[in-house]
Amino acid sequence: MIALLVRDMRLAVRAGGGFGLGLAFFLIVCILVPFSVGPQSQLLASIAPGVLWLGALLACLLSLDRVFALDFEDGSLDLLASAPLPMEGVVSMKALTHWLTTGLPLVVAAPALGILLSLPTQGFMWLFLSLLLGTPALSVIGTFGAALTVGLKRGGLLLSILVLPLYVPTLIFGAELARRGAAGMDTQTPLLMLAGITFATIALLPIASSAVIRINLR
Amino acid sequence: MSTRRSLWEYANPRKFMGLSGAILPWVAVSGGVLLVIGLIWGFFFTPADYRQGATVKIIYLHVPSALMAINAWFMMLVASLIWLIRRHHVSALAAKAAAPVGVAMTIIALVTGAIWGQPMWGTWWVWDPRLTSFLILFLFYLGYIALWSAIENDDTAADLASILCIVGSVFAMLSRYAVNFWNQGLHQGASLSLDKEENVADIFYHPLLVSMVAFGLIFLALVLLRTRTEIRARQLRAYLARERMQ
Repeated sequence: MIALLVRDMRLAVRAGGGFGLGLAFFLIVCILVPFSVGPQSQLLASIAPGVLWLGALLACLLSLDRVFALDFEDGSLDLLASAPLPMEGVVSMKALTHWLTTGLPLVVAAPALGILLSLPTQGFMWLFLSLLLGTPALSVIGTFGAALTVGLKRGGLLLSILVLPLYVPTLIFGAELARRGAAGMDTQTPLLMLAGITFATIALLPIASSAVIRINLR
Repeated sequence: MSTRRSLWEYANPRKFMGLSGAILPWVAVSGGVLLVIGLIWGFFFTPADYRQGATVKIIYLHVPSALMAINAWFMMLVASLIWLIRRHHVSALAAKAAAPVGVAMTIIALVTGAIWGQPMWGTWWVWDPRLTSFLILFLFYLGYIALWSAIENDDTAADLASILCIVGSVFAMLSRYAVNFWNQGLHQGASLSLDKEENVADIFYHPLLVSMVAFGLIFLALVLLRTRTEIRARQLRAYLARERMQ
């Protein structure tokens, strides 16, 4: 599993791997928002948690079709399927790679962009925490969507339609956690719900994803 | 072969075609007649509500379609589980056939809700938990249909769509609770429950009940018809393939 993770990370970081695409998209969204809604810091502060969460979600969505596509095309996925490693492990490692290359940079960059969007001071910790807790769920759910569309030539649109409604609960609780934290309100309920969603998807969804991969390789 | 009759006999496409062909006209006609009765009764022979006036009458379309939109997804979930567990093709095709009917019901519920909401709430759309849940349900239906139509191989498509339906059901319920937490609503609470004190008055309830049964029967008729079409299409493809081989 570690070897697979190292290999996928190497492939992602090297040229043409698409590393940084999500991060660049995230930066663009967050920098353009003040130009489109106006520079009043009052307004920006109130929408900042939502904008940052939306940007992070779209950035995750952008790089999803790469999760399995290359391995499917060159046949590595077939080799992985016949390897002693269980498919659930392969799928989990793919999700982890996606999170490390897309989710984690977003989490690290988000507080810096929070300054640009005049996020209130007490909101930074909550924004960081909510993204750290929520983006793994986005990667795992996205991996399920990528697994469903792996055999298709132009699966990008289908992938986003499939993943869109699945992302709704994570987005609601994640953005709500960041918003309540920034406004200094009670954060316990969304925090626990977000943690529940993340850990439940990490535990259960790889089983569905690997079943889907096996069907697609049949 | 056991001689005991069981429900699973109708997993055989030929038996299913025989039974569904026999009951389809009855279901369709009784559904249509009941719908006419329910709507005429509701539209012309009930008094206008003392607060909502005549706008309340759209309830005879809104509530039954919303009910069927949710039940159609539930039926697809059951059919998907049967397909994954027992591999009966009729079950997979029934789930496929139900999805567009479910979408139509969802659209009817959303549109009649908007038309009702405009005079009552002064707006076509609010991000109320119930409205939002229906929008999410609509997206789930779209994804399910899109996945079916995108994949060439029938069995692969049936497998993938079934798994999507099961995972989607879990997330749909999760979304239902998430949006409840996320926003307070304008939509009234449940007013047709069997165990509640405060329900709609009987004078509105009886035609509504007729209309709900009618929508159920029409849904059943459409699903049977569409499943029969799917089975015929598959038979036709098999015949054509056989002819090409000779």
